[in-house]
Amino acid sequence: MLEIRNLHARIVDDGTEIIRGLNLTVKAGEVAAIMGPNGSGKSTLSYILAGREDYEVTEGDILYNGQSILEMDPAERATAGIFLAFQYPMEIPGVATMEFLKVAMNEQRKARGEEPLKVPEFLKRVKEAAASLSMDMNMLKRPLNVGFSGGEKKRAEILQMKLLEPKLCVLDETDSGLDIDALKIVSDGVNALRSPERAIVVITHYQRLLEHIVPDTVHVLYKGQVIKSGNKSLALDLEANGYAGVIGEAA
Amino acid sequence: MNMHAQPQRTLAETALIDAFGERLSQLPGDGAVMVKRDDAIEAIKNGLPTRRVESWHYTDLRRLLTSVPAFEAGAVAKALAPVLEGSAVLPVLNGVSQTKLPEVEGVTVQRLSEKLTDGSVAPGLDPYGDDDAIGALNTAFVADGYFVDIAGGVELEKPIEFQNLQAGGQSHVRLLARIGAGAKAIIVERQAGEASEDGEALVSSVSQLVVGDGAQVTWLIVQEQQDTATHLAQFKAHIGKDAKLTVFVMNAGGKLVRQEVVVRTTGEGADFKLRGINLLAGDTHTDTTMVLDHAVPHTTSTEVIRNVVTGKARGVFQGRINVHQYAQKTNAKMACNTLLLSDDGEFSTKPELEIFADDVVCGHGATVTEIDHNHLFYLMARGIDEKSARGLLVKAFVAEVIEELDDEALVEALEERLDGWFSTHG
Repeated sequence: MLEIRNLHARIVDDGTEIIRGLNLTVKAGEVAAIMGPNGSGKSTLSYILAGREDYEVTEGDILYNGQSILEMDPAERATAGIFLAFQYPMEIPGVATMEFLKVAMNEQRKARGEEPLKVPEFLKRVKEAAASLSMDMNMLKRPLNVGFSGGEKKRAEILQMKLLEPKLCVLDETDSGLDIDALKIVSDGVNALRSPERAIVVITHYQRLLEHIVPDTVHVLYKGQVIKSGNKSLALDLEANGYAGVIGEAA
Repeated sequence: MNMHAQPQRTLAETALIDAFGERLSQLPGDGAVMVKRDDAIEAIKNGLPTRRVESWHYTDLRRLLTSVPAFEAGAVAKALAPVLEGSAVLPVLNGVSQTKLPEVEGVTVQRLSEKLTDGSVAPGLDPYGDDDAIGALNTAFVADGYFVDIAGGVELEKPIEFQNLQAGGQSHVRLLARIGAGAKAIIVERQAGEASEDGEALVSSVSQLVVGDGAQVTWLIVQEQQDTATHLAQFKAHIGKDAKLTVFVMNAGGKLVRQEVVVRTTGEGADFKLRGINLLAGDTHTDTTMVLDHAVPHTTSTEVIRNVVTGKARGVFQGRINVHQYAQKTNAKMACNTLLLSDDGEFSTKPELEIFADDVVCGHGATVTEIDHNHLFYLMARGIDEKSARGLLVKAFVAEVIEELDDEALVEALEERLDGWFSTHG
């Protein structure tokens, strides 16, 4: 589903190269964990997948279902089924959360040639998704993410993911800022989306999240490259011994 | 009004002076009113204000008012459906008030032409300063409008909507409103026009409001003139003891627009809020100028103005807060935020605080920004295309001010006007 080939990318503003020859393949139905120390390029990778303009791909390619997405803008990528759950979701004053959800769902439906959702159906879907994440509907009456706690923002991201039903989900440090109970709720939300047609990329610092969202594959990112890949035991190994060993091996 | 003698009259000045001569015999008014009219036209004869007059620095009326249309006796404007459903509508059509009016319990309405004829409004026709060009223009020519008197203690269930509608030519209208002690009211001042044959229109409109002790008034000015119209308006109010006045101004039309808001707190505990949104498109020049006098102790005010500038539009906000020497414990905050969406647009902000008391809290801030790229990316990452995402963000920027009004029907009605503007200018 996702194939990243020899990807090189830099920050547009200052030219700093962050991704330096990254290769990664994620199949439909797979949950892939990407781990790595601070500054290894994890968040940058997630932004590049979503199409943020602050980064420029200088070499290599990103294929999604066999097609290059490099020329697509963020909205086109999203309607094609790519979803990024942000590490730091934006607060957008003045944009009502419900209005935002409705516009996003209907824009994606429109792009796929589907009719817009009728209001009762829309409300039903939002209520169900909110209930499954233990979210209060009153929260959704507020402007988008404004005044939400860190944990509430993360839940709101998963809520959007449930409603938009993407094919490729990229979760950027979804565990940061979550207490144990919230972590469980969010993980359950993600696990419910696991399906043979969907791939999930979980970016995280810690093994903790992977106890709840058990990955099929684990990839260690360091200095903009995947330096080691393995199964879930690799994550346990990292937790026990830190990144130093793996980095030493690769050097 | 202008201390400098003008070397030569402009076409507009000449047209106004000639029009006065022609209209004089038809203008209502007793001796006292006619004296005020003479004084007013004298002020215009001295020249319209230029950028050398401080309060007109960003709106050089003498240069910007390039022509003045004739009075069009045949022009007919039609009353509009009110902004808020169920409102009692008081229409002034092409400068003429109507005889058949809705009856509202506790509210007395009189045609202003009658009050001009009997002279009872003469004292209110004085300019508020020697730079009061809008007051002078209106006093010289005003022929009609309404006087609305809301009795003490009356709580209006439905809003009153005053409609000043023109279909070309000139109209000069005045609205007087007195809100009795403890009364509650929502009043909409609708300023709009129909497309006319040559497209030109000159409107002057003055509203004078007295808010009685403990009364609560929300006054909405909805200005949606044709983009060929010149709209010169003034809103003046006195706020009594423990009374609350919220003025909401929406400027969404007009070629040359100046809306003045002149407010004075006259009783302790008075509270004033000004909220404004300026939606500027095409080549409009739209000026919102506020002069607020905190004249007694323990009064409060906040002012928030949000501007969206597109095309070649130019906008101005001048906010002057005078805190008088005895007006201790004044609390005043003013903010003016602009979203500049084109390279050719511009917005000028001039906050002025004149504080003669020593125990007050006063502040002001101004920002000019573009659309936040992080916000845009977030919305697009959810599949919302760039155009829609920009639209959502721009609307959000001004909708924030509307939502503060805290009245669902009001918020919905104004957001509908907002959507209307965005659908034609977005």
